[in-house]
Order: sequence, then C-alpha cells, then structure tokens
Amino acid sequence: MTTKLVGAKVQRVEDQRFLRGQGRYVDDIDVHAGTPTLHAAVLRSPHAHARVRDIDVEAVLDVEGVHAVWTYQDLADLSVNLADPLPLLIPHPALTHGRTQYALAKDEVNYVGEAVAFVVADDRYLAEDAVDRIRVDYEPLPPVVGIDAARAAEHLVHEDVPGNVGARLEQEVGDARAAIADAPHRLSLDLTVERSASTPLEGRGVVARWDPDIGRLQVWTSTQTSTGVRAAVAVKLGLDLGQVDVITPDVGGGFGVKINHPWPEELLVPAAARALGRTVKFTEDRREHFISAAHERGQVHHVEVGFDDDGRLLGLDVTFWHDHGAYTPYGLIVPIITSTQLLGPYKPQSYRVVFESLYTNTVMVTPYRGAGRPQGCFVMERTMDAIAAHLHKDRTEVRATNFIQPDEFPYDQGLVFQDGRELEYDSGDYPRSLEMIKRLVGWDEFEAFRAEMAAEGRRVGIGLACYVEGTGVGPYEGAHVHIETTGKVKVATGLTTQGQGHATVFAQLVADELGVPMTDVEVVTGDTRRMPYAVGTFASRSAVMSGSAVHLAAKRAKEKVLRIASDALEADVDDLEIVEGVVSVKGSPGASIDLGTVAVLSNPLRYAFDEKSRAATQFTVGDPGKPPVAEDDEPGLEGKDFYSPERSTFASGMHAVIVETDPDTAEVRILKYAVVHDCGNLINPMIVEGQIHGGIAQGVGGALYERMAYDEHGQLLNASFMDFLMPYVTEVPDTIEIDHLETPSPLNPIGVKGAGEAGVIPSAAVFAAAIEDAEAHDHPGLAITGMPISPSELFALRQAQEPLLKQHEEDA
Amino acid sequence: MTEELHEIRLHVNGTSYALTVPGRRLLSDALRHDLGLTGTHVGCEHGVCGACTILVDGAPMRSCLMFAVSAVDAELTTVEGLADADGSLGPVQQAFLECHGLQCGFCTPGFLTTITAGLRDNPRPTHAEAREMVAGNLCRCTGYQNIVKAVERAAELGAGR
Amino acid sequence: MKPAPFAYLRPRTLEEALEALAANEGAKVLAGGQSLVPLLSMRLAAPGMLVDINALPDLGAITVADDGVRVGALARHAAVLADEGARRVQPLLGKALRHVAHPTIRNRGTTVGSIVHADGAAELPAVLRLLDGWVEVASVAGRRTIPAAELFVGPLESSLRHDEIAVSATFPGLRAAEGVAFDEVARRHGDYAMCGVAALVRTEGKQVVAARAAYLSVEDVPTVVDLTAALADGVDTASLAAAGELALAHLEPVADLHASAAYRAQLVRVLTRRVVEAAHADALTRQGVAA
Repeated sequence: MTTKLVGAKVQRVEDQRFLRGQGRYVDDIDVHAGTPTLHAAVLRSPHAHARVRDIDVEAVLDVEGVHAVWTYQDLADLSVNLADPLPLLIPHPALTHGRTQYALAKDEVNYVGEAVAFVVADDRYLAEDAVDRIRVDYEPLPPVVGIDAARAAEHLVHEDVPGNVGARLEQEVGDARAAIADAPHRLSLDLTVERSASTPLEGRGVVARWDPDIGRLQVWTSTQTSTGVRAAVAVKLGLDLGQVDVITPDVGGGFGVKINHPWPEELLVPAAARALGRTVKFTEDRREHFISAAHERGQVHHVEVGFDDDGRLLGLDVTFWHDHGAYTPYGLIVPIITSTQLLGPYKPQSYRVVFESLYTNTVMVTPYRGAGRPQGCFVMERTMDAIAAHLHKDRTEVRATNFIQPDEFPYDQGLVFQDGRELEYDSGDYPRSLEMIKRLVGWDEFEAFRAEMAAEGRRVGIGLACYVEGTGVGPYEGAHVHIETTGKVKVATGLTTQGQGHATVFAQLVADELGVPMTDVEVVTGDTRRMPYAVGTFASRSAVMSGSAVHLAAKRAKEKVLRIASDALEADVDDLEIVEGVVSVKGSPGASIDLGTVAVLSNPLRYAFDEKSRAATQFTVGDPGKPPVAEDDEPGLEGKDFYSPERSTFASGMHAVIVETDPDTAEVRILKYAVVHDCGNLINPMIVEGQIHGGIAQGVGGALYERMAYDEHGQLLNASFMDFLMPYVTEVPDTIEIDHLETPSPLNPIGVKGAGEAGVIPSAAVFAAAIEDAEAHDHPGLAITGMPISPSELFALRQAQEPLLKQHEEDA
Repeated sequence: MTEELHEIRLHVNGTSYALTVPGRRLLSDALRHDLGLTGTHVGCEHGVCGACTILVDGAPMRSCLMFAVSAVDAELTTVEGLADADGSLGPVQQAFLECHGLQCGFCTPGFLTTITAGLRDNPRPTHAEAREMVAGNLCRCTGYQNIVKAVERAAELGAGR
Repeated sequence: MKPAPFAYLRPRTLEEALEALAANEGAKVLAGGQSLVPLLSMRLAAPGMLVDINALPDLGAITVADDGVRVGALARHAAVLADEGARRVQPLLGKALRHVAHPTIRNRGTTVGSIVHADGAAELPAVLRLLDGWVEVASVAGRRTIPAAELFVGPLESSLRHDEIAVSATFPGLRAAEGVAFDEVARRHGDYAMCGVAALVRTEGKQVVAARAAYLSVEDVPTVVDLTAALADGVDTASLAAAGELALAHLEPVADLHASAAYRAQLVRVLTRRVVEAAHADALTRQGVAA
C-alpha cells in the first residue's frame, strides 16, 4: 500500500496558480466574444429610510459610453419576475413578517446602500460618472437604528410590520422559570454583541454572457452557492434551468456573506447581458461591500440562571433581540443558531430561550463565520464565569460540573436546530478537552505567573471558553468521479471554494480510495455544468458533506474498476489491489492493468480514436452473446454518489487566552493563545490549523477591533478599511498553540466534523473573561458585558467603576 | 464630454507596453484590465489592504494609489514577475507554498511583492522584523501565522540574496 | 470607487507647473498621492486638473546642514527616514517618521505633501510645528516662506494659496542641550494615532529650562503647548503628571469613532509623561549627563 494521504499535512495543489498571479477571480474573467466587456455601477440610497418620489435619469442618457440605465420601472420589461421582491430563501413558520428587497428599490429605501438604479457603461469609471448624474427625489422618513430603537418601535421600518418584529421564536426544555425560582442561587446578566461583518478581501462580483445562438446564459459569480444562484437567475429571468450555467471561479474569501443570493447584481448583470447582447461585469468596491452586502452579530441578550452550590445549571432562561437589518432574505438562521448552540458542551436541567428578530434601517444580516454561535458562546461562557465568581470557584470547575459526559452520546438537547432536525450531539469528549486546554495554556500555573507580573507592575488575566458547533448540515452534497482513459481522475462536487483548499483535501480522499497519485486527481467545485446538484459552502459543511460524497463516489468508481479488472485479469475482486494507478493481483505483480486501460474497457467503442482505444472497439472485445453494456451497467468508468445525513455532526473545542491590560492606556496585549480543537478525523491538519488561525484572527477582530458604527441617522460611519479595524499581523497573537482531539463522527463514512468556523466562535468570550480577570485587581467588579471592547471603552469602564453585570443573590 | 486620453508606455516585468488611458486610470486598473496582468488584486482602492502592492523601481507601493500616467518613468514588477527565470517558483512563492501561507489567495500577490522587497533590504530578519515586514497588508483568511512563517522560510531559502 | 475625470498635466519644469496652477482655479498638485488619491477615488474631491509634480527635477533633495534639514517636495518619507544625516541633525524626524502609516505608504508618500495636507492626526505637521520649522512655497508671483505657526489653519486646511506649490520644508536641527522624543497610541499599528506627542526639552545640567510638546490627533490641528512651568522644579512623577494637566488646560480633545474625549485626555496625560520624560532623558544623554 502507498502511504495514506488522509491525515497528512499535504501541500495544496491550488497554490501554484495563486502564487504566480494566475488565480482567476471574477473580476479577472474577461469574455471578449467579439466586443469588449461592459461594466456596471449601482446608484445606492444615501438615506436609511426614505420614500422614493421620483428618479430622473435624463442627464445620463446622453453620456457617451453609457449603454443602459434602469430603475425599478424598467424591471418588468426585462423579465416579469424581476419586478417581484427577491426571494426569501429560508422560510420559517415563526418568521411571520419576512420582507425582502427588490432588485431595485420600488417606492421606498430601507438602508443606506440599497440599490436604486443600475447603469451599464463602457467601463466602471464612466458608469460611476453616470450614476453621479442620476437625480432622485427622496422624502426622508424617520430611521430606526439599533435594537433599542427597534424595540421601542416609535417608528416602523416597514409600515406593515408592527413593533418592527419580524419573528418571535421560543423553545423550552423542562420548566426553566420554575427551576430558576427554586434554585439556591440565581443571577441575571445583560450581554451585548455588536455588528461586524465577513469582509472578505474580494467583494462581490458577477460577470454574465448571453449566447444568443444557443439561447444560453453563462454567469460567473463570487458566491458560496452556484446552484442557488443558478436556480434564482433562471426563475427571475424566466429561463429554463437548463439554459443557465453558473460557474464559481476562484473566490477571494467568503466567510458567510457570499452565501446570500441572489444579490440584485446577480440578477441585473445577467439581465443586462441578455438585453444588450454583451458581456457585462459588476465588481463591487469596498465602500459598496460595507453598505450593500450584509453584516452580522448584533444582538442584545438577557440571561436568568439558577444553579446549585456546585454551579450546576438548574434552570437557564435566555431572551435575546436579534437585529436583522432592513430585510430577511436568509430567514432566522442566525438567531436560531444562537438559541440552540448557546448550550455548548453543557446540559442544563431546564432551558428556555426566546428571541425576537427585529427590523432596523441598516444593512441586512446574513450569516458571518460562526453565524450566531459567537454570540451564544459569549452569553453562555460569561454566565459560567459569573457563576464561578459568585460561588468563588475555579472557572474550569464550574464548567466541568455541567459537561455532557463521554458516555452520554448521542446526547439529545431536546431542541430543534437550524436544519429543522434534532439538536442531538453525535460524539465528543469535553472533560478531556478541558484537561488538554488547561495544560496547553498553563491554567494551573497562572496564579504564579500573575504574581510574577504583578511584581513588575503588570496586569495579566486569563480566560477560557468552550463551544460546540453543529457542522455539516444537510440537505446533501454530491460528487462525480470520472477516471479518464489517460488514467487521470476528474472529480466534481457542486459546492464552492473560497480558500479552504478543497482541490487538495478532496483529492486526498480520492487518491487514497482509488489508489492513484494525487497529481493525477483534479477537483472542480462550484461549476453547475459539472455537478448541477449541490447546496453550497456554509456552516462548516464542505469536508463533512462533499468530503463524504467524494469518498462515496470514489468508492463506487473503485467498485467498477475492480469489477472490470477482475474480468480482465481473471481474478477475484477480493484478490485485487490498486497501487499508484495500477490494479494488480495481490501477490502476483505480473498480473496487472492500469486504470487508463480499465477506463478504455469500461466504454465499448465503435470508433477508435487512438492506439489505446482500439482495445475497446467492437471487433476486439465483448461477448457476442451479451449486450456490450449490461442491463444494470453504464458505459464509462465513473462513480457518482450523494451524501445526505440525518442530522448535523457536532464539533467542539476550547480556547484560552492570556492578556495584559495597560494600566494607563487600557490597551490590551495578547500574551498567549491556546486552542484545543475536535473536528473528528483530520483530513489535512495543515489546512485545519490554517482555518483555526484565520478564525482566531477574525475572533480577535470581533473582540477588540471590529464594529459597524452607525449614527442615529443610519449612516455607517466607518465604511472603509481605514476605520473598520480589521486586524493586521500586529494585532493577532504572535503564536497560537493548537492541540487536536479526534473523536470521529459516527454519522459519516470518513468520521469528520466541520472545522471552518470554530476559530471564531469562542473569541469574544475568552477575551471578555481574560480582560475582566486582568482588571480584577485594580478594578474589582469591573464587568465586561459587551463586545467588542476598545481601549477607550475599557477606560470608560474603569472610570465608571460600576459593574454592569447585575449580580444579586436573592436568597441571602 | 470627451475625456482627454494619454498615450503612455509602462514597463512591467521587463516588458514595455503601449497603452492609451485617461489621466484618472488607476495604475491597478491599467495593469489588470489594460495589460491583462490580473495577478495584482484590488481589495479596497484606498490604500489600506495592500492586495494591489507592486514594486515600483523595486520599492513596494500601492498601485491603487497611483495613476497609470504617473508611472511612466518607473520599472514595475508585479506578482507575475516574481518566478525564477526558469519558470520555477521564486523563493518567497516557494515559502508560501511550503508554509501554507495562503488560503483564498486574494491578498497573496501583495504579500509576495512586499516580502520580496523586504528580504532584499533585510535578508535575515528577526522574528519581530519578519512580522513588521508584513504589517501593512491585510489578510482575512490566514490569521497571518503562516505568512510570518513563510517570511522566515523565504529568508532561509535565500530570498534576499 | 473611481476618480471623476480630470485634466492631467505632467510638467517638466516648475515654471510650467506654477503656470498651470495659476491658470486653473480647480487644479490640485499631485506628489505622492497617498492621501489625495483615496479622496479622489471616493469622489470626496474632484479637482478639474491634476498637476503631477513627480517629473519635476531637483525637488527630491534632502539637504542637511548643521542648523537644519531641508526636505524637497518630492522626497519620500522613506528617503527622509533612511537619511542618516537628517536623523543626526534632527533626531525627531526619524522618531516620528517611523510612525507614519506603513513602509509601503512611506515609499510613495512625501514628507512635504503630508505637511501641506495639514491633517491634524498626521505626525509631520506636529513635528514641523514643534520645531518651529517652515515651508517654502512658490507661485508665479514668486517665493515666500510660511512658518509652521502660520501654516495649519484648520482641519485639512493649510495657508497655502491654490496657485502655490510647497517646494520644501525645513526642520531646524537639534541644538546643544536639547532632547526630543515621540510616541503615539493608535488603534492598530500603522493607523492614524488617537493621540500622539512630540516633545522638545532643553536643559542646563539636569534642569529643564524649556519644554514644549506638540499634540497630534487631539484637536483638528497640531497644537503646541509650553510645559516648562510644570517641569521647572525637576522631572519626576509629580511634575510629569502636572505637565499632562498643564497640556490639557490648553487642549480640547475631540471625540471620534475610536476614542472618547475623556480617553484622549487620558492619552494626553500618559503620553505627555512618557514622551517628556524620554525627551528629558535624551537631552541628558546627549550631554553625557546621567539621568
């Protein structure tokens, strides 16, 4: 046997292109097709809330180089369905007042950045010139900004949505309120997480070309779901699905924001390509990405908790308010995830959670890496820290008391998860994780370190947080494996890639299963021409879903290889092995056949096209007494399969951080960051660690730097990289210590769990805990209840000296 | 309104290109869309992210903060010009491959050009200097851990020699 | 984010450039462009003409004399920072320039450009102001010198006329018995500071006879405060704290996205203490006096 590739730190096959500047991102696509590509720009609302009285495009019509200028009035002429609101992608019975925007604003705009008019010109410069000349008569309406204003409902975002409440959802296991009332100890906390966003380095973008000769549309888009975009484009443009191809080229980062679809431009660009008979491109610029893509994270939470003397959770009652912005295209996924994943590795004896999802006149909210989990983790872990402080117990001890034990899996939390399935954890070992993280960060040695630092006048603190992450949600993914007559293996899976190294990890799986060198395996993702059935890349699902599908498809291909080879070699299937692309009879190396030849034999031919294929022509092979292709068989050496799990698989982990806070400037310095991570079997530890690193950097951003700063008028004040503070290398931990625990998932054939989002989930929680701990000496009672926290805010907390954590012991 | 056009020559990766552009054509756009050198990426167009960093007479600069017409007297190097003469990866590129210094690859060209110049000026950086060398470029995927490793690995591979 | 159209001129002589400026009210000068181009791309500025001075001869020079450093209009920050003579004659230049954005920006951005851009959050305007330097400006009408004290008149507003080009800035050199220091606190490394302080201290023996500090990013324009009174009786914890309070008495810290006014005031206290102490130590070190 050759060395197994799965589990090894295999270098990425895609890097050669990227490193040479040969990546093909959507703005690099240049389909000349006789005439140069045209470029689009969008006029966006400068108001957070306004009625659109009139749009005057007169001044644009005579601008040289402008090919089209459209407003809402033009949409129905382009395609009847285009004048309807954009799809509400994930309906939910609790989403009683779901609203989505139009491709171009109809009568009203509801956030700064909402698309109002669309221009196509010879280049982007001219298109922006034209946009500047459009005159819109707005009647400003009072904007609703922030959760407080939404709840107060003094003004409404949508006239027909009372109280600005889009949805209210409650789930309960046991009687949490009664349990809290009866508990020996009770606490209540108010906890806030502010808005942030995915902010991939590449924004959104779409290119479309209409081929009038075959009546077919080709769309390249920077998306996390090409099949989703394909279906939406077909419906909205009145095309048959078979007339639309969607190709996802290289994508410069997604982190969630690109799962939402179709964006207005994903419909308008194809519509323009068809109407103008020209290739049309839209490349979002950075300011547009801030004000017209999507944000996440903004939530306010109230916690009531009752517990016993050991800190055991007897009752947990969480109410929270989710700011979903102006529209709800992605349904309730984010708050549902918060409400369920909040529980982490713990088993409260009763739990009630209620949320309201609220409209505001701000950019809409769709998942950003972590998707509601960072908030849930922040709430649960802050609660754990508060309980420990209340009982004067070690923070890890209180957590351990509440852990689900290894022998309790599968463990049903009794709730309904984001996929409509039970929240049932499949496997894990939380006590062992805790042991590992304590060792890795030096938990037990920390007090000595604290004393040592204190002697130098330095203030340090430590924080720890645990999470469980439901990964690999359905409904399914599929894969197609095709062994060509050259022996090369072509693999296609439909979900898309934004830097996760799918071309490498899926090739590892196939190479191992088929016994071929990895260099012979080529993986294509996100191209509906190659795999029209797929869902998308989100929720840490690619390795689980497409990984499993690829594995299963390769297995099917292998079965066929062995079947044909066993005929050719006149040997039993069980006696065959495939090594380096050659099938041979175990123990008799002379009897062998290479995969390319097996591929030739798999496809009975009438016409030879080269020397090799002669072997499969009709006068050479086949039993004249049987049909050339058996009744239950197909020509070709292919395997195709789909993986569709009953429910999600649950990854888990723990982070710990040691920070130093500056007594004068309130700046926070990261001294040590440690991670224990369990995503089941590791396909490629190098890539998994890369995912963790990236997640932590975003977590640092969310904890210490990044926020969307809206003013009361709904203007986003920091819509640039100057003022939206994404961490540079100088802001992230110098080193990140990672230890892996592998508890395989029993739910899929390769035993993996998702790894994409884990790094970001506990960051806000660990930093809050560590900063609070560092402050405890000089500012006892200083509580960190909101994230992110800037030095200016930490300074204000010090000044105030008023603990925001409400801690009242009612039975005293 | 017709915009005045300028006939200019740009010298990129040892090749001289003739092009006709308006004064406002950003150098980044000229490289990408007029010359087809799409390896240089545009991430913010206000000089913060560093994805568009190219070498101008050997020094890293933001191509989104320059106009094509203003770059006529300079020798420009983009990511497409970083491979060795025989076509193999240059040492900084090789180090990124070995250290998993990239994920989506979008910011990568700006890091590669910046580090190429950085190691030329300081072939044996300390760990702190390796971090400082990439401190002006944003990456949203890697958390920078492996990028710093790649700087150190590139130095071992002799990138600065 | 693409600039609005403008006429572009790349003159080969200063006279040609000055004439173009004189003839076009809406013309702007393009040097390094590191502040100007983002404004153009965001269409926050849309001048009718750009006069690109990058091809003008002789403007890149850094002239070092014992009494000061004269920096030409096209000298990049990186070149000034790398100039050993400049750093020797006025060490504050090197100390401050290290904090200007990131090296890649310093490779293109010019020191003179940064000064006449007159950003109250930028390092060089504060340094020029502290050192009582000046800029030399040229127009078709001739040349004149504008002292730093008269240069920064408002947020992003200098006293240059639209038809003038700043051809150089002169930073007086460090004199005997003087010491300097610079520090700032920014949200991220390389960002504009939330507060920055440059200090110049003159001593006789250990005694402070003059102490001034320039504050950047505290108000809309760089502001200099004379702190001598607080330090006349010696440099210790109490007097450094008093210096901070004295500074605050002359400053009205602004609030923005990244720092409240109260936090800025705190940074003024902290940085005044740190920077003045460092400048004092620098003065003593240069005289060979133990601190």
